Amino acid sequence: MSSNSNGGRDRGDKGDILLEMRNVEIDGFSDERWHDIIRGVDLTLRRGEVMGLIGESGAGKSTLGLAAMGFARPGCRIKGGSINFNGMDLRGANESELRKLWGSRIAYVAQSAAASFNPAHKLIDQTIEATIGHNITGESAAKADAVELFGALQLPDPDNIGSRYPHQVSGGQLQRVMTAMAMSPRPDLIIFDEPTTALDVTTQVEVLVAMREIVERFNTAAIYITHDLAVVAQMADVIKVLRYGEEVEEAETRAMLEEPKEDYTKSLWSVRALQKPEDKGDDIALSIRHVDAAYGRSLKVLHDVSIDIPRGRTVAVVGESGSGKSTTARVITGLLPPMTGEVQFNGEALPAALKDRTKDQLRRIQMIYQMADTAMNPKQTVGEIISRPLEFYHDMRGAQKEKRLTELLEMIELDASFMDRLPSELSGGQKQRICIARALAAEPDIIICDEVTSALDQIVQEGILKLLLRLQKEFGITYLFITHDIAVVTAISDEIVVMFQGEVVEQGLKSEILEPPFPDYTKLLLSSVPEMDPDWLTDLVANRS
Amino acid sequence: MSDAPQTYSAAAEVGQVLTRRGRLERAKIALRKAPISAWFGMIVIAFYGLVAVFGPFFAPYGEAEVFAKADEPWSVFGGNPAHFFGTDQIGRDVLTRLIYGARNTIGIALITTALSFTIGGSLGLIAAINRSWLDQILSRGVDVLMSIPSLIFALMLLSIFGSSIPSLILIIAVLDATRVFRLTRSVAANVVVMDYVEAARLRGEGLGWVMRREILPNITPPLVAEFGLRFSFVFLTIASLSFLGLGIQPPTADWGSMVRDGSRFIQFVAYDWTLALPSLLPAGAVALLTVAVNFVVDWFLHKTSGLRDEQ
Repeated sequence: MSSNSNGGRDRGDKGDILLEMRNVEIDGFSDERWHDIIRGVDLTLRRGEVMGLIGESGAGKSTLGLAAMGFARPGCRIKGGSINFNGMDLRGANESELRKLWGSRIAYVAQSAAASFNPAHKLIDQTIEATIGHNITGESAAKADAVELFGALQLPDPDNIGSRYPHQVSGGQLQRVMTAMAMSPRPDLIIFDEPTTALDVTTQVEVLVAMREIVERFNTAAIYITHDLAVVAQMADVIKVLRYGEEVEEAETRAMLEEPKEDYTKSLWSVRALQKPEDKGDDIALSIRHVDAAYGRSLKVLHDVSIDIPRGRTVAVVGESGSGKSTTARVITGLLPPMTGEVQFNGEALPAALKDRTKDQLRRIQMIYQMADTAMNPKQTVGEIISRPLEFYHDMRGAQKEKRLTELLEMIELDASFMDRLPSELSGGQKQRICIARALAAEPDIIICDEVTSALDQIVQEGILKLLLRLQKEFGITYLFITHDIAVVTAISDEIVVMFQGEVVEQGLKSEILEPPFPDYTKLLLSSVPEMDPDWLTDLVANRS
Repeated sequence: MSDAPQTYSAAAEVGQVLTRRGRLERAKIALRKAPISAWFGMIVIAFYGLVAVFGPFFAPYGEAEVFAKADEPWSVFGGNPAHFFGTDQIGRDVLTRLIYGARNTIGIALITTALSFTIGGSLGLIAAINRSWLDQILSRGVDVLMSIPSLIFALMLLSIFGSSIPSLILIIAVLDATRVFRLTRSVAANVVVMDYVEAARLRGEGLGWVMRREILPNITPPLVAEFGLRFSFVFLTIASLSFLGLGIQPPTADWGSMVRDGSRFIQFVAYDWTLALPSLLPAGAVALLTVAVNFVVDWFLHKTSGLRDEQ
């Protein structure tokens, strides 16, 4: 076991037990009955220790995290077991005793910082609110301390950033301010609930470094909830894997990464091994020629973008948010006619605007969205959703349509029983599969995939990527794959286009792009992708400085 | 969990998957959980509906049948046992008038509300989808109409066009459509930006499909709630116009004009309280229906707005 003070840390040198949960059982009320969410989980956390809780969505990670505060979400109840924090029984404690604890001894950092701040108050006032509210220190002392915390979290201009409002700072900065808020009363325990999931990889690194340093500096214990294994490998001393509300296994980070015991854990670990051999294509299906595009008259977002997409291949467009990836997709689909330049499809120029395109041109280019939830009409059944393109483009009716519908469902590995379901009766991965089936129903030449896997758990992600690869092989579909996840890129692409601030930085075969030498931006992007090595973040920080 | 599959398969994927339920089953659950106030409202509405539809079968006499003695009191207060609620100022049976009044007042209010929803709803949807000059023209036009107090405006228009039932319906429907337009436009604006609407447009769907199939089903709950509320307002507007003499014209029975006719005795109520009954009875009928509709709307809004009582 390494005694490296960063990264995977030794468990033995930690203090006494801070939090002890025994056989905790939690029920949730939904759909007219009580369901088990947590079925008897034990959790022991020592002072200064960071525990990573991982699992797919619905595994009960967040519920367990909140239970560590003695809190159950509305509609949930803690049914059994004991929760002991610092010698105090949280299950027996009443509301006012718990309130004294929350925000002073235990703090919580939520996933969406933007949604968790009050837009009408300055950051500094919100940062110190709990501290002065619990009478831990006076206002001026708390403010001075908050400025120090801002500095420690590497926020720009720590003296003045507090006087800004939440909308005046970026998402990554806001997440760090939230960490400062949690740290301000110097709690014994912080619960981080997916704090970096909504951030870009390049921003995520900064936030991770800041969080890790501050937790270490004040010897604060933390529970870090995430579904990203590579992230948890950087943050946690111990990892606990949850599934269906039960513990699968728990081990120290290094041991867990090197030799996971359970099959389920191994399957989680193997996800990132998916890799497609690249294949150069010469027959260009879609070609974007010198496109400039702008929203309104002034906000120019694409500058002279040219991309060639070979038939039957996958071109991945990577870049952080705001780099113009999605705008490129909007230009191709005709939602945003370009200012100059054109889109050529099978050698012919496509009309710039959606309304000028023929039905056949529309049919040949299909799109799959990031959020399958909002990409399907919640009032239409799966059957209606998939059969609409069949009726619309192929004029299928009755038995012929039914037959094709069943075929399509089989293609996406679902059966005909799904036909009458509403989107709300499906899981995340199933929803995305239905969106894929809807695109397939049109029998397109090219499918634009806009971050289609980024809202999904890794194990589900793998399933979707495999499906897309299989469909490509069977039907020779061309993909334009927009993503910021490099693991997805290596898994699926033949060629890569790197975009930054509306320009194409680099484009070429996967092997060319992912091999050095890199242009500066590509290098930053690639090095920011967390790896499953507990020392990765430490090494990265050392390299960059 | 030992019975869980160890390998990944799409069909068995877990998540927050809700149980598959048919429409009927969902309605049953909703009804079972309905509060007493909602039940009260539904029963009252059903009763009014029955009376309105089958009125002529219940009514003891004809709508405009005149009897010998006018202004008779209720039979329990010493009037003629043949006229349970007495007779009005020209000797028509009040119970009969009340029953026919339900038919006229509710029927006209219902047609008016439906018309105002058709006009306001479709224009609102078009404005929300279009979001360009058309939206500006419609919205500013609606602003102009809304800036004039609606009852006074309705009075003015009715005296210009004459108070026939079609003009009454049309005028109130147009004035009320402005409110419906506002609501539809604002709720639809939130749905228009959804990816599934974009997907439909990318597919090449026309305006009609996008309006009817993609947007309308998703804005139905607030619209249904508004329909109930609007119905109450229209109902009250018609009653008040009738009270002022510009609404439904005699000999057609309606509750608003019955209140007006009964109000002649109002100043003598201090000497004999039963004199208040001829105007209180139709007024009470109006009030009861308004309250009942609002109870149901409240329940519906509460259910669909996602407000959940903590368990």
